[in-house]
Amino acid sequence: MKLITAIVKPFKLDDVKDSLKAAGIQGITVSEVRGFGRQGGHTETYRGAEYKIDFVPKVRFEIVVDDSQVDAVVDAIKAAASTGKIGDGKIWVSNVDRIIRIRTGEEGSDAI
Amino acid sequence: MDSGNMAWVLISAALVLFMIPGLAFFYGGMDRSRNVLNMLMMNFYCVLIIPVLWVAIGYSLAQTPFDNDFIGGFDSFFLKDITVAGDGMSLATIAFLGMFAAITPALISGAVADRMKFSAWAIFVPIWFLLVYVPIFKWIYGGWLGQRGSIDFAGGTAIHVNAGIAALAAVLVLGKRRTTPMPPHSMPLVMIGTGILWFGWFGFNAGSALAANGQAAQAFMNTFLAGAAAGLAWVLTEWLRDGHPTNLGAASGIVAGLVAITPAAGYVSGPAPILIGLIAGLACCYAVRLKNKFGYDDALDVVGVHFVGGLVGSLLIGFFANPAFFEGSFDEGIFYGGDVGLLVEQAIANGTAIIWSFALTFAIMVALKKTIGVRVSQETESTGLDLSEHGETAYHSAQ
Repeated sequence: MKLITAIVKPFKLDDVKDSLKAAGIQGITVSEVRGFGRQGGHTETYRGAEYKIDFVPKVRFEIVVDDSQVDAVVDAIKAAASTGKIGDGKIWVSNVDRIIRIRTGEEGSDAI
Repeated sequence: MDSGNMAWVLISAALVLFMIPGLAFFYGGMDRSRNVLNMLMMNFYCVLIIPVLWVAIGYSLAQTPFDNDFIGGFDSFFLKDITVAGDGMSLATIAFLGMFAAITPALISGAVADRMKFSAWAIFVPIWFLLVYVPIFKWIYGGWLGQRGSIDFAGGTAIHVNAGIAALAAVLVLGKRRTTPMPPHSMPLVMIGTGILWFGWFGFNAGSALAANGQAAQAFMNTFLAGAAAGLAWVLTEWLRDGHPTNLGAASGIVAGLVAITPAAGYVSGPAPILIGLIAGLACCYAVRLKNKFGYDDALDVVGVHFVGGLVGSLLIGFFANPAFFEGSFDEGIFYGGDVGLLVEQAIANGTAIIWSFALTFAIMVALKKTIGVRVSQETESTGLDLSEHGETAYHSAQ
């Protein structure tokens, strides 16, 4: 079992969600986050004063999947979130030791 | 009773009240998201306390007896002896003026944003109203400054210069914010606030004719034109200077123009409102930068917009006043055949208001600082005043 975390541009939220659903994923968690990578921040000018915006708004997806689904999910996110420009984001995959469905108490792959 | 006059003054009073949420959103959108409710509450609090004080003692001290040059008396506490007999206009006028009293201290809230204890604000507002607003209002409207010949149609000096310089005194005592100033958290709120302010300002200025007449119509037109011209001047200036025409520039320019035309609205005509707007927009666009140069932390530019805009508009009356157009009994401005007399009187009235307001506001703030304290803790400042001062938060990510 793996946790797939993806940081993408906010306007790609719906595209990635649709792409994941099409790939057969039944549950996703999203959150609004801010951060910077190689893209860095930007400056905005208000009333002549410049403000450095260090942290750029992004959307974070978290999806727990069976090992067999990892490649399909990564490909789905990659295809949907890509614009080819700097700041498209990242995807990383990590191991998950244990998963429990709270309602039934099921564990492991049954709980995905 | 002239029902037309009565209707217009009552509607104008309601329009001025509507400026309070307008101002609250104008400021609140510029504030950071964790302090926006504190900003709204500082504004709405003024409509809780001031109407009560206005009717109880404020009106009496600010107006009656009319033959006193410096301060009114106790005769009209709780509007004693004021009845609806006759035309009832005095009652409508008292309601209308009460709205002005409520919005004036609210203007100061933008300067003290992000760091003033709400308990200190709650005490500051009524004291400031009684010691600063009431006497200056009396001097200008019926008192010694007005009798000398200065004019202030809808409160350029009594309201905007007064509140603007008070904001400067308040932030000098309060000190700078510990946290880094942030860009506006919600420009859409700023824009809707600006729209509401402009709408309400028609009541503020055109209502100040206290009649449904030609002077009200010209004041209405002036309010329209000066806001537009100043917004245009500000946006063009920053477009050329900084590279972008910003929403905040448009909003700030509109408000600067409305402030500047306030004292002049019933005294100028023709191209004057456009010129006053252009000059005010340009002046205020540069004035908001003074805080960076001199190091005072006027958070949302109350000094740069209200003090400077009000002063520019009030002094320009000395050039543009046109009594012939209004068949009015005030002096001519320099461009309409007058001498410098009116300009000198405008300068005296503004200078007096500036000295009184700055000194008294500074003293009130120092007294509060030494007793209950005026600053929130460093922890509150970084976690936000909404939660610590009011137990509420404006935005929830999970809904």
